[in-house]
Amino acid sequence: MDDKTLYRLDSIARQLRRLIIETAHTAGAGHTGGSLSEVEILTALYFSFLNIDPEHPDWEDRDRFVLSKGHASLGYYAALAQRGYFPIEELKTFDREDSALQAHPDMHKCKGVDFSTGSLGQGLSIGVGIALGALKKNKRIRTIVLLGDGECQEGQIWEAAMFAGSKHIAKLIAIVDYNKVQLSNRVDENISLEPFAIKWEAFGWNVLSVDGHDIAELLSALSQADYMSEQGPVAIIANTIKGKGVSFMEGKFEWHGKAPNDQEYIEALKELSLR
Amino acid sequence: MKLGEEIAQRLAFGQALVELGAEKPNMLVLDADVGPSTQTQLFGHAFPDRFIEVGIAEQNMIGIAAGLSTLGFIPWVSTFAVFMTKRAGDQIRNSVAHTKANVKINGAYGGLPTGRAGATHSAVEDLAVMRAMPNVIVMDPADPQEALVCARLAMEIEGPVYVRTVRCSVPVIFPEDHKIEIGKAVKLHEGKDIAIISCGMMTPRVLKAAEELEKKGISAQVLHMATIKPIDVEAICDAAESIGKIITVENHSIIGGLGGAVCEVVSEFAPCHVKRLGFPDVFLESGDDEAYFHRFGLDIDGIASTAKSLAEERRRTKNVH
Repeated sequence: MDDKTLYRLDSIARQLRRLIIETAHTAGAGHTGGSLSEVEILTALYFSFLNIDPEHPDWEDRDRFVLSKGHASLGYYAALAQRGYFPIEELKTFDREDSALQAHPDMHKCKGVDFSTGSLGQGLSIGVGIALGALKKNKRIRTIVLLGDGECQEGQIWEAAMFAGSKHIAKLIAIVDYNKVQLSNRVDENISLEPFAIKWEAFGWNVLSVDGHDIAELLSALSQADYMSEQGPVAIIANTIKGKGVSFMEGKFEWHGKAPNDQEYIEALKELSLR
Repeated sequence: MKLGEEIAQRLAFGQALVELGAEKPNMLVLDADVGPSTQTQLFGHAFPDRFIEVGIAEQNMIGIAAGLSTLGFIPWVSTFAVFMTKRAGDQIRNSVAHTKANVKINGAYGGLPTGRAGATHSAVEDLAVMRAMPNVIVMDPADPQEALVCARLAMEIEGPVYVRTVRCSVPVIFPEDHKIEIGKAVKLHEGKDIAIISCGMMTPRVLKAAEELEKKGISAQVLHMATIKPIDVEAICDAAESIGKIITVENHSIIGGLGGAVCEVVSEFAPCHVKRLGFPDVFLESGDDEAYFHRFGLDIDGIASTAKSLAEERRRTKNVH
């Protein structure tokens, strides 16, 4: 990975953060904390790793992406808009009546969304189904599922993990946005996921752990996961910070489902432009 | 299938899946460890590469099916209706119904007949749950022949379909060229004294009851609803307006299923008296199916006797006015 590419991806990540803050502020709604924590992951995927074509969002042989943590749609929409699936201007309609940008992503309304999500814990099963279908059709497509850490408390995640591990489902990569904070509290103070990597391994997955805000590290893990996933599913545990990039949001569960007010908006943008 | 022959509906449905599987190479069947009970194992034997055993994990089964559907497969998911519609209810709602995924859902062991398994396994509220979900077509076939017809029709529809089947034997009442239309009732018996609207495995016994009533000089109109949703509003209103008394008969709670659907239509468009026959608001218990059907007036005699008393009540009221 050359410096120029990294610099470009880093600028995109910064741009996505600004779009998240602007969109949330305009709408007066949205899940800011978990959208800020997934920015580098989405940047690495949408601007480097994924084999996609925004001009042809339904292209049959594209890689598939499922945002299992569907509430973090602010980050997802920012990435899709920035990647060219729809005009950035459209972000202003987020969460409004009749908008393509529903609070939780809707595959029939928003271009580029491969599957609708919102009810937590369901995305990994969807990804398993897609990956299994691709194998049955001998298609070389890759399926990436982005999970929230909180939703890994759902039993269905582990049903899907057990199935994929047991059946050695290939070309399936789950990334966990491990920002350690859920709606009501710190994850470990609610229900701890630890030992997290060992759990995935016990379910038959290969596991990689990375700094989820380091794009170079993420891309290197994705490339390794891509190779490893020929044999079976791979989980990437991306250690992140909820609300990353805005000091007063970082690590705070209070920013799980909150949009910045006018004052907070100005301060947040100031911090983000100084970075 | 010969008319009048008693065939286990689960077996007929399992065979129907095999027949359809031979016609549609993109059809898959997913099951949650009950294939030998529900007879989806027949599909597994015929097409091992297209049968996906997910283990006892109904929620995951729904998600996998939804994912598979995005690549052009037509997956059937099958397990006991009670677990399908509640254990995996949120997955069906959000990953299938909302997304209009082309997933076909077999709610097996519908209603009371579960092989004496009792409260935990009887699905008395599956129709109510599925009927309340937008984008889902809900079918409750009457006999083994119609189970095949419904399964075939479900494959022709783009989007989610819930097909309820039962475990027990049911007499064949429909010929091999039987056809149904979505949202259209099948009129099985003409009558003017009472209207009986039924669905699923209750329809064959309602027909018998209508024959018994005829001997007693009571003519019953019998409407079979193969699709509970959408329901045939026109046929219900015609019965309400021309006869004025309706009995609904279902292998389901009287809340939210066929009886509920008919009452919704009648109360809004053609008010009349509706008597709902089904399970009252209780959990069923283990024991003999027919003993319980008898207890709740869902055997031939019970249906005939309710119909007779309502028909007589109707005559009295008509005479008074």
